[in-house]
Formats: sequence, C-alpha cells, structure tokens
Amino acid sequence: MKKSVILGAATIAGLAAGAAAAGTIDDVKARGKLNCGVTTGLVGFAAPDANGEWQGFDVSLCRAVAAAVLGDANAVEFVPTTGKTRFTALASGEIDMLARNTTWTFSRDVDLKFEFTGVNYYDGQGFMVPKALGVSSAKELDGATVCIQTGTTTELNLADFFRSNNISYEPVPIETNAEAQQQYLAGSCDVYTTDASGLAATRATFEAPDEHVLLPEIISKEPLGPLVRHGDHEWGDVVRWTLNALVSAEELGVTSANIDELSGGTDNPEINRLLGTEGTLGEMLGLDADWAAKAIKAGGNYGEVFAKNIGEETPIGLARGLNAQWTEGGLLYSPPFR
Amino acid sequence: MSTMTDPPKADFRLSMLINDTRYRSLTFQVIAAIVIALSIWYLGNNLIQNLRAAGLNISYSFLGDSSGYDINQRLIEYDSQSSHGRAAVVGILNTLLVAFLACITATVFGVIAGVLRLSNNWLVSKLMAVYVEIFRNIPVLIWIIIIFTIMTAVLPAPRAFRGDAATSSMLFDAFAFTNRGVYIPRPEFANGLFGATILNWLLVIVVLIGSWFASHEIEKRATLKQEETGERPKTFLVKLAVWLVPFALLMLIMGLTWDIPALKGFNFSGGIKVGGPLIALWFALSIYTGAFIAENVRAGIQAINKGQTEAAAALGLRPGRIMNLVVLPQALRVIIPPLISQYLNITKNSSLAIAVGYADITATLGGITLNQTGRAIECVLLLMLFYLTASLLISMAMNIYNASVKLKER
Repeated sequence: MKKSVILGAATIAGLAAGAAAAGTIDDVKARGKLNCGVTTGLVGFAAPDANGEWQGFDVSLCRAVAAAVLGDANAVEFVPTTGKTRFTALASGEIDMLARNTTWTFSRDVDLKFEFTGVNYYDGQGFMVPKALGVSSAKELDGATVCIQTGTTTELNLADFFRSNNISYEPVPIETNAEAQQQYLAGSCDVYTTDASGLAATRATFEAPDEHVLLPEIISKEPLGPLVRHGDHEWGDVVRWTLNALVSAEELGVTSANIDELSGGTDNPEINRLLGTEGTLGEMLGLDADWAAKAIKAGGNYGEVFAKNIGEETPIGLARGLNAQWTEGGLLYSPPFR
Repeated sequence: MSTMTDPPKADFRLSMLINDTRYRSLTFQVIAAIVIALSIWYLGNNLIQNLRAAGLNISYSFLGDSSGYDINQRLIEYDSQSSHGRAAVVGILNTLLVAFLACITATVFGVIAGVLRLSNNWLVSKLMAVYVEIFRNIPVLIWIIIIFTIMTAVLPAPRAFRGDAATSSMLFDAFAFTNRGVYIPRPEFANGLFGATILNWLLVIVVLIGSWFASHEIEKRATLKQEETGERPKTFLVKLAVWLVPFALLMLIMGLTWDIPALKGFNFSGGIKVGGPLIALWFALSIYTGAFIAENVRAGIQAINKGQTEAAAALGLRPGRIMNLVVLPQALRVIIPPLISQYLNITKNSSLAIAVGYADITATLGGITLNQTGRAIECVLLLMLFYLTASLLISMAMNIYNASVKLKER
C-alpha cells in the first residue's frame, strides 16, 4: 500500500516535469481544446447562461483565442477559478490562459512569473452601499464593515485607502462574488468593494438595483487583462495579438457583419494584413493566415464584445469610458499589424 | 560433570540474508527503508529542480515584509503595516481559540447526548439518536455554512437597532445580537492595582485559583472528619464564602465597571464582539464533533459491566449518582483514547474557517499571504508544520491525562 502510493506520487511528479517542457501552443493544438481560467461566476464577464453556455466579456476573449488557434470558438474548456486558486491553476498548467478580470501588477508580472498579454478592461476599485445608508463618499465610511474578495488586489488597496484617510473599517473576507453578494444583501456588511465593473455587474443581478449606489471614489488603477505563464513567449504572443486583433478590428471598422466581405480583399493594407489576405503575419505566429479573421468572427471586434456583454444596452450598463478607442479619448491602443 | 562446548559458529554467508529467518526480516526492512528514502529524495529533488527551472526558490524572507491587509478578528495588536509573520501568528491564535472553545463545548454536548441516548425514556433516547445520526452524517463544512447563513439571514443587521422606530432592541440593554456577531459588555477596572490590564486579569485569575485550592482543602478536611466521626460537616456555605468574598473584595477595590456596547456609526462599538464567523464555526464544530463524542461516550458506558450499575443500585444510589460516581469514572478509560482523535479532528476541521470568513491560520498564512506573495510551497510547508505540531501537542497532553485515569496495574 505504502509503496504503491509512493510510486503513484513519483509518476505524477515525473509527468508534471514532462508537461512543463512542451510549448503551450502545441499542447493546445494536440488537445484540440483550450483550457481557459475564468471566474466562478460574474455576470457580464464570465458566467454560464440558462443553457449552461459560458457567456461574458472574458469568455469572449477565451473563445477568440480558441478560434484563432483551433478554428473553433467552442473548443474551450472553461475552468472556474476563485481569487485564491487562479494563479496556482495557471502556474501548474491546469489552464493555458487566465481571463479572469485579473489586475496587472508588478509583483504578479515579475515575482509570480506570469506574463500579462495586454489590458482588456481598464478598471478601478469602487464601493457599493445601500442607498438607505445615506453615504455619499467613501471617506464617510469610518467604522464600516466591508466585504472584500480575499486574495485580490482590492484587499490591499482597501487597507491603503482607509489608512491614508485615517479611518477605520472591519474587513469581511469572502471567497467568491456570489457569497459576497449574499452577505452584502443580508446586511452583514455595510459596503461591498471590488472593481467598479464587478460592482456594476453584481448590482445588475439584484432584485432592486436602484436601492444601491456606487460611491464616486475610484481608489485604484485596475488594468484587467489576460495572462499566461512566464517564459512561453510563442503562446504569450498568440494571446497578446488575438486581443490586439479584436481592438484593431474595432479601430479599422472590421465587424462580424462585414468581415466576410472584407476578407475578400480591400484597399486598406492594414485590414488586409490583419485578415491574412496580405503578408504572412499568421505564419509568424505559427497559425493559419486567417487566424485573426476567425478570432473576430467568434464574437465580433472589441466594441461588439463590449456592447454585447457589459455595454450600456445590457443590464450591467457600463459606459466605454477609459475603454474607448484612443481615437475617441479612451486608452485602447493596439500596436500596428505590420 | 558435563562438558559443554559452544555449538560451532556458522560462517556468515550472503545468501543467509534471504534464507535465514534471523536476518530475513531485517534485510527486507533495510531494503524498504532505502526505497522510501530514495523516493523521498527523488520527489524533493524533483520539486527543487522544477522550482529552480521556473525561477522560483524556497525563501522565507517574505515573512518579514509588511502584509498590507487587515484582519477582522485579532487577539494581538495587528494592522496592515505588520509583517506576514505577525499575520500568521494572529491566524494561529484564532485557530487555537476556536479549537479550544469547540473542544470544550463538543465534549459537553457529546457527554450529555451520549448519556441521554442510553436513557430509559424512549423519547429522549430517540431524540439523541436522531441528533447523532443527523449531525455526524452531514459534512461539517455544510453545517458551518448552514449555521452561518441562518445567522446572517435571521439575526437583524445593526441598522435595525437604529432610530426611534427600531425593529430590534438590545437584550437587557446590554447584549446585542446582530448578524455580524454578538456584542456583550466588557468588564473594566476603573482603578486597577497595576497599570497593564493583563496584570489585573492575572491577579483575578490568581485569586480564583487561590479560592479553588481553599475550597479543595475544606472538602478534604470534611472527608477526614467524616472518616473519623462518621458525620460530614456542612461545607456549602463556607465554600461559597471562600469563592465569593475574596473575588467580590477584589472587584470592589479595583472598581469594576462594565463597558456596554452601543450603536455608533455603522456598527456597535464598545464591549466585546464575538464575531458571527467565530460563532458559526465554533457551534458547527461543536455539534458535529459532539455527535461523534456522544457515540464514544455511549460505547464507553456500554463497555462497563451491567453488574456495576446493579450493584450500585443495590447499595441504594440513585441513577444520577450511579452515573457520576460509578459508571462514568470507569467509562472514561474507554472514552479518552477516541476522544483524543476527536480533539485532533476539531483542530484540523477548524481550517474550514475561510468558508465563513474567519481569519484562522489557513485563511491568513495559507490564504491571503499565500496569494499576495505567491509563496505557495513555503506557506503550505509552514501550515503543515503548524498543524502537525498542534496535533502532536494535543495528543501528548491527552495521553498524559489518559495515563492518569487508566487502570493502574501494580
């Protein structure tokens, strides 16, 4: 018995050592499926719909990458991760990429050995309180009980914010967004704090969203983006440029409606290079020539994905704000496809 | 006279390691030990090499860095500027607190339920059977979450206590039951004999221990007297005085006042807050493990020969005294060894605390610190070391106790 356990452990250790060596892009192609880490459920960003299909802003990115690499937007295995388990899941190779509104920070990038491949949502940490509390600024929250998702940057920002304003609070650490919502609605915490987009998404699922307000203070910069393991640059490039392709497509006016027509060839060389009718960009990435076209067809360009999942027409109702194209006063700025 | 010669010594041959029963078992043990040592070396080496290949080294220097996060329940001074190491200590103390409280209440629940399960009253024994079967057959994590959810849903939020048309009010104007926890008055000394609060409390404890010794002495003398004269002097009032008078005097001198919780801002402030997560975890661990202990107690009692009970009854003892004086002291010998593992279970199960946001060692060191620093292996090794040490210490303490109550063969 003892011996068999040890042999089993040795086998697993040997397999793990072997798996780390091969390139992720080859693994994904061989497997025929992309393992993509997402949240355990945040409506608008990543949550299963009534049919059990994962839907959302982060989910669309996973599907775009799957379409670019495998040619099939549905060849994705979604792995729900919590704030605590996400990095272990990525580092251990359980998932190929993490698209889970994760903040790009120095220590995660450098110390934890991950590679952020861009920013798909520029966010900031906000506070939500019940209207009945009569609070109009986060600085009035002295002595409040605050629900936070544990293992996130928001936990550290919160401590910094209250300390620098010299006011006190009591943290209630929570594992998932769903639990936080339950605690907040039961009144066991006065305030719920997380990224402003997450607050809007959570509020949209309340029975009476009007009874809750988001306070005006945004206390941090939270550039959210997809990330991959450090050191596998080919795979990092694929994820980075798939995101860039979605952003560029919006800038160049390529949408899921006109992409078939544009794929026939246009007068704009940049569109041609993007869609693979000119140049060899796909080959350089180790993908088909029309990889970007497939990624865009999966769910539309960045603007379409945004509008469909979290935009002003949806219950979540987020304005583009910082996430508009640079040409429209936002921060979205894709490097050129050349 | 007989001559004895030593039997001729057989030359040692290598094949004897396998064929000779004297050496065979040793041979196999040595081989097994080598295989195990090699496997451990291989796994450890594999870990270190893979970590090095990934550019990560084992380092505990992060324990000295400032943690940057806050903890809601802390028994020692701690804020977000304190180190990760101190956060771990806060977590350790919280783990030990809930484990200690739960061990006591689980034992109380277990003994009561175990004894009542053997009651002759059909209703009582069946009720206890239902308690045991329901609670030990549902995972403790579910109980923790159920109790916590019920607490947060049923108890009022602090804002229900506010205003003239408050929907909730405090019990005796001193206790507040909210869905964030229970607030109780805190005793304070207006003119303590020492500057530090902890020294004052130490003094109180010393006085109480003194009272205990005194009342013990009184009891012993009464027994002596009873053995001499056959008459037991009445000791109740004297004992009561020994307990109460010094205590009351001390309280009077030190000026005991109560800090009563009051609604201030968002929350109650003042008094002692027993947080909701602590209550939920404590209660869930107690009733869950209590069900197991009840079975241990029942087994222990049933292990005692029925003749003991009948003999005691024949002497004219009433059922309650039979249980306390005859059956339970003997049953303890059977009950204590499995009780040790229940105490270990409580300590280990307390690591489920994060489910309700209780900041135990798994939540601080193994949760937030692990996440913020990314030092997974280091944190998990520390966690293992802590739980191993705690379990071994509990086990040792209980074994010493077991040795003191077990049958002594002379």
